[in-house]
Order: sequence, then structure tokens, then C-alpha cells
Amino acid sequence: MRVAEAWRVALDALRANRLRSALTMLGVIIGVASVVILVAIGTGTKQRVEQQVEGLGSNLLLVVPGRLDVGAAPAVSPLTLDDADAVSRVVGDPDRVAVTVASGATVRAGNRSDFSTLQGVLETTPSVFTRDLARGRYLTGSDVDTSRRVAILGASVARALFPDRDPVGQQITVSGVRFRVIGVFAPLGQSLGVDRDDEVHVPVTAAQRLYGTQRVDGIAVKAPDRERIDELGERIVAELTRRHPGVEFSAVTQEQILGVLGDILGILTGVLAAIAGISLLVGGVGVSNIMLVSVRERTREIGLRKAVGARPRDIGVQFLLEAVLLTSIGGLTGMALGVGTALLVDALSPIPAAITWWSLALAFGVSAAVGIVFGVVPAQRAGRLDPVVALRAE
Amino acid sequence: MPAGPVPPVSAAPAAIEAVDVSRTYQLDGVSVPALRGVTLTVAPGDYVALVGPSGSGKSTLMHLLGGLDRPTGGRLVIGGRDVASLSAPELAVLRNETIGFVFQAFHLLPRTSAVDNVALPLVYRGVGARQRRERAAAMLGRVGLGHRLGHRPNQLSGGEQQRVAIARALVTDPTVLLADEPTGNLDSVTGAAVLELLERLNAESGVALVMVTHDQEVAARAGRRIAMRDGVVVADSAASPAEPAAPASGLVGAAHDPPPSGGDGGPATLVPAPSAEPRSASGSGPGHPPGGSGGAAGATGRLPRPGEPDGADR
Repeated sequence: MRVAEAWRVALDALRANRLRSALTMLGVIIGVASVVILVAIGTGTKQRVEQQVEGLGSNLLLVVPGRLDVGAAPAVSPLTLDDADAVSRVVGDPDRVAVTVASGATVRAGNRSDFSTLQGVLETTPSVFTRDLARGRYLTGSDVDTSRRVAILGASVARALFPDRDPVGQQITVSGVRFRVIGVFAPLGQSLGVDRDDEVHVPVTAAQRLYGTQRVDGIAVKAPDRERIDELGERIVAELTRRHPGVEFSAVTQEQILGVLGDILGILTGVLAAIAGISLLVGGVGVSNIMLVSVRERTREIGLRKAVGARPRDIGVQFLLEAVLLTSIGGLTGMALGVGTALLVDALSPIPAAITWWSLALAFGVSAAVGIVFGVVPAQRAGRLDPVVALRAE
Repeated sequence: MPAGPVPPVSAAPAAIEAVDVSRTYQLDGVSVPALRGVTLTVAPGDYVALVGPSGSGKSTLMHLLGGLDRPTGGRLVIGGRDVASLSAPELAVLRNETIGFVFQAFHLLPRTSAVDNVALPLVYRGVGARQRRERAAAMLGRVGLGHRLGHRPNQLSGGEQQRVAIARALVTDPTVLLADEPTGNLDSVTGAAVLELLERLNAESGVALVMVTHDQEVAARAGRRIAMRDGVVVADSAASPAEPAAPASGLVGAAHDPPPSGGDGGPATLVPAPSAEPRSASGSGPGHPPGGSGGAAGATGRLPRPGEPDGADR
């Protein structure tokens, strides 16, 4: 039997039982759609995180005590501003070096308050990281040198404390200490569920005095060029190790951070896809079940076809194509549904979703494969039917 | 084809040849014999009525002759090919090329037009769609249904459905047409018309017709009558006309133990009537008087032959 003929016969058989075919397809549709949607969400999240890490600035080198690794315990930093000066000498340009000492803090203004991340920083921060101001100005060297109590608010902090006023020029208090707002950051959005607009930047010297400490948590360096970024990192680590014998330091690049985050998010996406895959599997079992029913129902037809010359393979191919057609049509519908839902989720909710061609190809390929895998047993059963017995069937 | 059987020489190859064929079924470990050594030959153009009580093995024999089943013993040659040597796919191809089936229950595909039903065997022969439809339409014309090409089985009467089934059986130009009680589901008038059609096609195209029937009148019209009982052939009129006294003389329908009188029918019908009784129920015989043309044309072709050439074969 010609293949085109076999397709036509399979299609006719599906049409003959429209409702049953549709219900069977529904299982596949749901399975494929959930694969597409969940992979899109996983991919979208990964892409957004990568954008944000890249959005920090280019050629970044982050210097932290300990080892940057998944699951590594955060260490108490032995670094001070003197170490930052030493790093500046290694780099040869103080404007390329930024520090941070960060802590959660409740920020108040009048009777309003907001829990934010208070960051003590140098005036060099905007030249190292990419951070845009919406209003006002950033810190100056003299703000840092004189521990001036001035602050730049993240977008969400500004919104929480001053919903109906321009924050610039207003007063805020942190742990009873008053700061004057001199600027507001442009919104950044979320990263891995962390609100990056909740930061409050103050001079590092003021933050250290507020917390009664000399430490800085980390040092960030904007390398002059990409080629020698690893070598620069090694020289910085060597200098810090010389200054703090017995303490381990790491200098990591954005690529390395992306690599670690990518691994985590890749696992996340994989887990989501696997969960969705289970529903696709269940859909496949439904296909198998309905094909067995179909073979039984059409036993006489199979007997007749055999009597007029259908070989076992002809019958098997006919039923296999029917199963593949079920799952393929279901797969295409599921893809359309999944893409549509993912686009809606991306547009209407804060959850990012990105459609990738490979996930569509995979979902369709898997659904067609499900048809083959779950259609093979019923098809073989049909092909092997004894024509004499089949013709006598009720 | 129709001219084939005219020279009554032994060289005419048998369409189907069964030698001591048996078929035993295994039911829960118990052997149940359905056929116990049947020897017969169906020659091209034969018109054979197969009679016998239910359970006598008629259907089993039909399935074997049609290559739907394999014997458990003996030798069965269909279209010159030994069934035992053929794989399932090869057997399917053999069925497609040499056998046409007509069933009591029609066995038409539902929701499928008459022309597509008739074209079905050609699908498995790899014939292209356009040519399939042309041949199927022509065949439907020959069975008098040229005006019903697009009708589905549920839009056709019983007689029309059986005509579609007959067209389907013949569209591949087989050498043997096996009809298992083709009129069993039809009223007598319609049945007679279908029977007439079968006889006419047998006469015109030279396809051998082997028909299971319970109707003695029908059996009497056949050129040859084979009676079965308990899995063996008890009478075969092909052997009778020449040597009525020695039916077991190693000729075509040699039964193992020939009881003198098969319970059904009796010796009276053993002698083949040259023509069927002129019973034209439907009256729609296209041109020729029923029985006359079918019987006469066929008779000259087939009647003399079964006795002599087959006998010379051995």
C-alpha cells in the first residue's frame, strides 16, 4: 500500500470518531502545551538573569573572600578600604575600583518605612557598574571622604517612602541616623526573585560608621580590557593573599557567574520539562489505549482488508499512522496553545517566558515519537490478527 | 480466459489443487479436526457448489482454498504456488492476485463509497488512485451499479451491497471467486438476481466460482457439486458423470470414505444439470435469458472437462 493512501485511511479513521479522537488528542495537547510553557518560563527566566548580570557592566571582575561556588558558605570578609586602595594600585586606576558593604535595613521617612538593602559604596560605583539615575545626583568623592550622610534610593524604596513627592531633598532615617536623599535610581526590575530596586546607596564611610565596622564585603573591578581580565584577577588575588596570609580570595568574571547561574537555571528548566513530560507520557498511554479499542472495533475491517490482499505490514502501518497522526495533530495544537499561553504569561505577568525553536521542535518530535512508541503495540496486534478469526468477529 | 478451458486437454493447470488436506484446531489443548483429508481440484472456469450441513467443514475448506488459512496436513497449491512455502505477506499477495471473496455478510467498509470499496484490493496492489477508480467504476458497471458509484453501503439495498462486494472480488481479475453463502442474507428474489450475476460473470470471464450454499436448488444449477460431511468430501459430481460407480478412483474429489448417499441432496443432484433451471426471478437479465446464456455458455466450457481431463491428470 502506498504511503499517501495509508495517510488518507488513517485520517478517515480519525474523522469517523471525531469526539474520541479529540479527547485522545487532548491528553497530548495538554502534555505538549505544558512542555512548551514550562520550558519557555525556564528559558525566559534564564535569559532575564543573564541580561541582568550582563547589565551590571562589561569586563567586570568581582573580588570576594572565599570561593565563589554553588552552595559555598558566605565568609565574613577580612577586606577593608585599605585593601581597596591596594587593589587600585594593582589596577592602576582608582576609578575602576568599587566596594560594597551591604546590610538589610529599615528605612523610614515620616510615618512610612521600607525594608531595603543598605549599600555602603564609593563614588566610583557608576563608572564600574551600569546604574542610571532617574533624578538628582550620585555620590561625590567628598561625600565619601567626609562620611556625609546622603543617600540615593532605589526605585521601589523611593516609591514606598515618597509615593506622592519628589524624594530628592527629603530626609530619611536608618537606625535613627538621618540621611538626606540626593538622587533616585532608574528602575531595574527583579533578578532571581530579588528586588534590585530596593537598594539604598550611601557613602561606604557612613555605612561603616553606622554599623561600627571597618570591613567591606567585596571589591569590584572594571578591567581595562577583556583579554587580560583573568591575569588581572590573578594579580589582585595575589596582592590580597599577600596582605591577608592564610585567607582565600576569588576574582570571578561575569562569564563565570553566568556559568554558575546558567547551571542552576538549566537544572530548573530541565526539572520543569520533566514534570511536563510526565503529562505527555500520560497522554501517550491514552493514545495506546484508544488504539487498542480501535483495533478491536475494526477487527472485521482488518479481516476484510487482509482477505483482499493487505499484508500484515500494511495493516500495522495503517494503525501506526493513525496513532502518529493523533499525537502529531495533538502535538501541533499543543504547540500553538503553549506558544500562545507563554506569550500571554510573558506579556501579562511578571514571569518571563521565551519561546525557543528547539523546545518546539523537541515537543513536536516527542509527541510524534509518543505516537510511534504507544502505537506500535496496537499496530502489531492488528497486523498479526488471523484473517479467519477477524472476519468472524462481531 | 473464456476460451481457455475449451480444448479439453490435461495440460490445463488447476487453479487450486488440494491433496489430502486436513485442518485441525487446537482448543484448550484438545485437537479438533475440522477437515480430515480433502482432495479436490478447482479448474479455471469451474462452477462448484459446496454443500453440507453446518459443521461439515465447508467454511474451513473455503478459508483454505482462499489462502486465508493454512492446512495442518496435506498439500495445497493455489495458483501454482504451494501454500506451505509462502510467508504471511506472500500469502496476502497471492490472495490479492488470484482469489476474490464474496461473504454472506458483504463485509463492505462503512462510510466508504461503493467505488472506493470496490477499489480496495487495488490499493494493496499498488495501483494509482485514478486508475483504481476507473477500474472500480467499470467493474461496478458490469454488476449493474454504474449509477451508484458514490453511494455508501448504508445507502444501498442488500442486493446492491452484495453486488458491490462481487465487484470488489472481481476487480483484481482473479482466477477463483469464493462465495460463502452469497445469498444467505438476501430475500429470494434478490438472492436469485445475485446468483444469476455470479453465474453470468463465471460464464463471461471464465473465473472459477466456488460457492457454499444451503439451497439445493442453487446447488443443482452448479456445474459441479461437492458435498461435505464431518470434514471429508462425501460426493463430488466431477467424478460422477464419467464413472458414477467409482467415485473413489483417485479422481478429483476422492473422499476417504464415500458413503453412498450424502444426507443432503442425494445422488439425484450428483449429475450436473447442463443448465440451471430457468428461474429468472428478478427478470432483469441483461439481454440473455437467464440460465440459458449463463448455463449454456458455461456448460460448453466447463461441463465436459471435470470428468475427463482431471481424470487423465492422475
